[in-house]
Amino acid sequence: MSKRILQRLGVILVLTLLSVYLFSGFPPSFENMKKRIHLGLDLQGGIQLVLRVKTSDAIRAETDQTIESLKTQIQKENITVREWTRTQDNQFNAIGVDPTKGSDFRRILTEVHPEWDVISTTGDTYTLQLKQANEAQYRQQSVAQAISTISNRINALGVTEPTIQQRGTSSSDQILIQFPGVKDPARVQDIIQSTALLELKLVEGTGPLPSKEAALQQYGGILPANLEILPSVEHSADGSPMVYVVKRTGGISGRDLKNAYVSRDEYQHPAISFSLNAEGAQRFGVLTEQNIGKLLAIILDNRVQSAPQLKSKITDQGQITGGTGGYSPKDAEDLALKLRSGALPASIGIEEETIVGATLGTDSIKAGITASLVALGAVLAFVLIYYKASGINAAVAMFLNLIVLLGAMAYLGATLTLPGIAGVILTIGVGIDSNVLIFERIREELRAGKNAASAVLTSFKRVFITLVDTHLAALISAAFLFQFGTGAVKGFAVTLFIGLVSNMFTAVFVSRTLFEIVLTRKETGESISI
Amino acid sequence: MIELFSGIKVDWIGKRQIFFAISILLLVIGMISLIQKGKFEYGVDFRGGLTMRVHFDDPVPPIEQIREALDKSGATHSQIQQLKDVAGNFAGNFQIEYGGTADETDNSHGREVITKALDAAFGVPKSGDRILSSEYVGPSVGKDLRSKAVLATLLSLGGILVYIGLRFEWIYGGAAVFAVFHDTLVTLGIFSLFHKEINLTVIAALLTLVGYSVNDTIVVFDRVRENLKIRRRDDLESILNDSINQTLSRTILTSGLTFLTVLSLFLFGGEIINNFAFAMVIGIVVGTYSSIAVASPLVLIYTKFRGRGAAVAPAVVKMPRPAKAR
Repeated sequence: MSKRILQRLGVILVLTLLSVYLFSGFPPSFENMKKRIHLGLDLQGGIQLVLRVKTSDAIRAETDQTIESLKTQIQKENITVREWTRTQDNQFNAIGVDPTKGSDFRRILTEVHPEWDVISTTGDTYTLQLKQANEAQYRQQSVAQAISTISNRINALGVTEPTIQQRGTSSSDQILIQFPGVKDPARVQDIIQSTALLELKLVEGTGPLPSKEAALQQYGGILPANLEILPSVEHSADGSPMVYVVKRTGGISGRDLKNAYVSRDEYQHPAISFSLNAEGAQRFGVLTEQNIGKLLAIILDNRVQSAPQLKSKITDQGQITGGTGGYSPKDAEDLALKLRSGALPASIGIEEETIVGATLGTDSIKAGITASLVALGAVLAFVLIYYKASGINAAVAMFLNLIVLLGAMAYLGATLTLPGIAGVILTIGVGIDSNVLIFERIREELRAGKNAASAVLTSFKRVFITLVDTHLAALISAAFLFQFGTGAVKGFAVTLFIGLVSNMFTAVFVSRTLFEIVLTRKETGESISI
Repeated sequence: MIELFSGIKVDWIGKRQIFFAISILLLVIGMISLIQKGKFEYGVDFRGGLTMRVHFDDPVPPIEQIREALDKSGATHSQIQQLKDVAGNFAGNFQIEYGGTADETDNSHGREVITKALDAAFGVPKSGDRILSSEYVGPSVGKDLRSKAVLATLLSLGGILVYIGLRFEWIYGGAAVFAVFHDTLVTLGIFSLFHKEINLTVIAALLTLVGYSVNDTIVVFDRVRENLKIRRRDDLESILNDSINQTLSRTILTSGLTFLTVLSLFLFGGEIINNFAFAMVIGIVVGTYSSIAVASPLVLIYTKFRGRGAAVAPAVVKMPRPAKAR
């Protein structure tokens, strides 16, 4: 055999061994294959979630914080403002600004909060709005923070190999989460979704009221802008939740939390104790000292958990009790976890949830493998009968194609999904097509009277152009599929794409080398079996 | 050599009236079915909502009992149906489409509601899980996905048009794209006719078919291009016919073999991927048909329309000749 053929054989051998090693290790084993080929959720079972971060929550919180900060600032300079109200998520009014201190007010604004603009002034009311660029930045930050908080919580759960990532462009507010093999979707959903925002606010009044209407009645039907009505976990006699009227701002939030852990309340029920950081402790000290005798509402996710009376100054410790029954141990543990990992900067909505049970996953794998083997068998049977010995050529090329495909997928870390298995089956079809094209051309050349060697040569040359055309067309649509598809469909596009590329190699390079080996063993003028 | 298709000399182009009639018939049947139903049957990823597949151990409760249990829990208007596998066997599995509770606009809690209701009424299943699979898609996502699907299909067709237009002539590109477009419409019509759901993977199948069915068309056009170089004197009609006949064996063989592979997927690939496989099976048959019966005649019609003497074919000046006797 000529040196050229030996070289080509060498290349083929190296590529084959490399591919086998990549997807099944050395020595090849099923264990290794399971590790190296990453299975999609539709094959191994698990949960996939697409979450939407309601970034407007974060903007609202930012506005509230700015109001607080400005209040402190202007107090230092003795500027009076009668009232502050948030009008939109990104807008608030400073009403009754001291007319003589107008320019000072603006100066403070530009110095301390340059990200805000005064968009209008009516009389002594200033309307301020968050700048566009800053708003966009805060939204992006809240998504990033949500991802990091959720990651903390998920990692604390001990789920194997979760995927948590932003979905789409960097300005997207969607998060993609994948948990392979999770059994309890309800718990997962709860852990991820609860904002776990802890707030401590002063109660206006002496206790809970039976309903929202009763509360409004106290204020003549219109609630003052600096107060809000929050539902409580306590229920009145008829079963509807009671409400508290609390001061909107001026309290402590979960941002000031340093730690949270499970403890026991005075009835020995599970409760959660929390501690505040230095800055939070200082503010809390001031708040409690100035309001002894009043009630402090402990609020979790906008529901009042309890409202104990402030008996003395408290600085950095507090406890959340679960009412008369206390929390169940598991709930207490989960809540402490959520508080520790940080509050979500915004609430989370579920856009998509896909759950595949493990049984279905294994069934799908079985079905996929069966279909692949039947397809392979049918195609090989035909090709061996119709093209006789050359059919072996096609069979070898086909097997190598599949091996290279699997090796490439393992190398790229591509995920194999059920549509991906369909992609493999389609690759079998396309692969055999390429061989048929070549073989039919060879037959045509032989019929026209050419000898075996030149028939093979011309056919490969001529068919190569056709193969490039057909493969490129299929690659174009595979590329669009990859762009447009999500999850399972992407898996299909990837296997199709890789399969087409590896097919170009095996159909041309490998088949041709095999033919040339056969030809060198023949006398000139001898025919080949095709 | 075993030869299945040698020496075939069918006048394909001459029979184009029959083929157009067949195509129009298929399209019309599909359209009627669509109009009757009002819209496509979308899978949950296009519709939005919650679809669950649940399992019951033996003894499997009758479907009315299940419906009662769901109604009691507030999950009224849910649709329940028995699930059979590809071979038609029933194994205690049901598909539930959640209709939402009375006061909920957000169906993401549906899974919990249904699971609790079923476990309360029938107990937790001992062997295996209750939930085989569950798919919830929020309302805004479905719409978004539909428009993306249409866009992807159009872009794919456009890409093919450009590609073939550059490799051959623009008329060939146009004819090929028209043929593929025809294939897509016929496939969608047949889907509607057979009550098959159109979901994301089905769209993936259609997009794949766009790339694949163009294959046969390219093989034929490739031969046409070769023949035009050699046979400068002959008229376009006979060249088209001969090209089809010459490539017939490879067209039928390649399509037939790929058909075998996707048929295997349809029969053995399991229930989840069945609609995808169905799309592929139909698509390949229609795709092969359209390469012969739609794409090539279109080239001829366009050439005739442009008038004799117009240089439409690559590197050839068409000679005005009377039609050859068949």
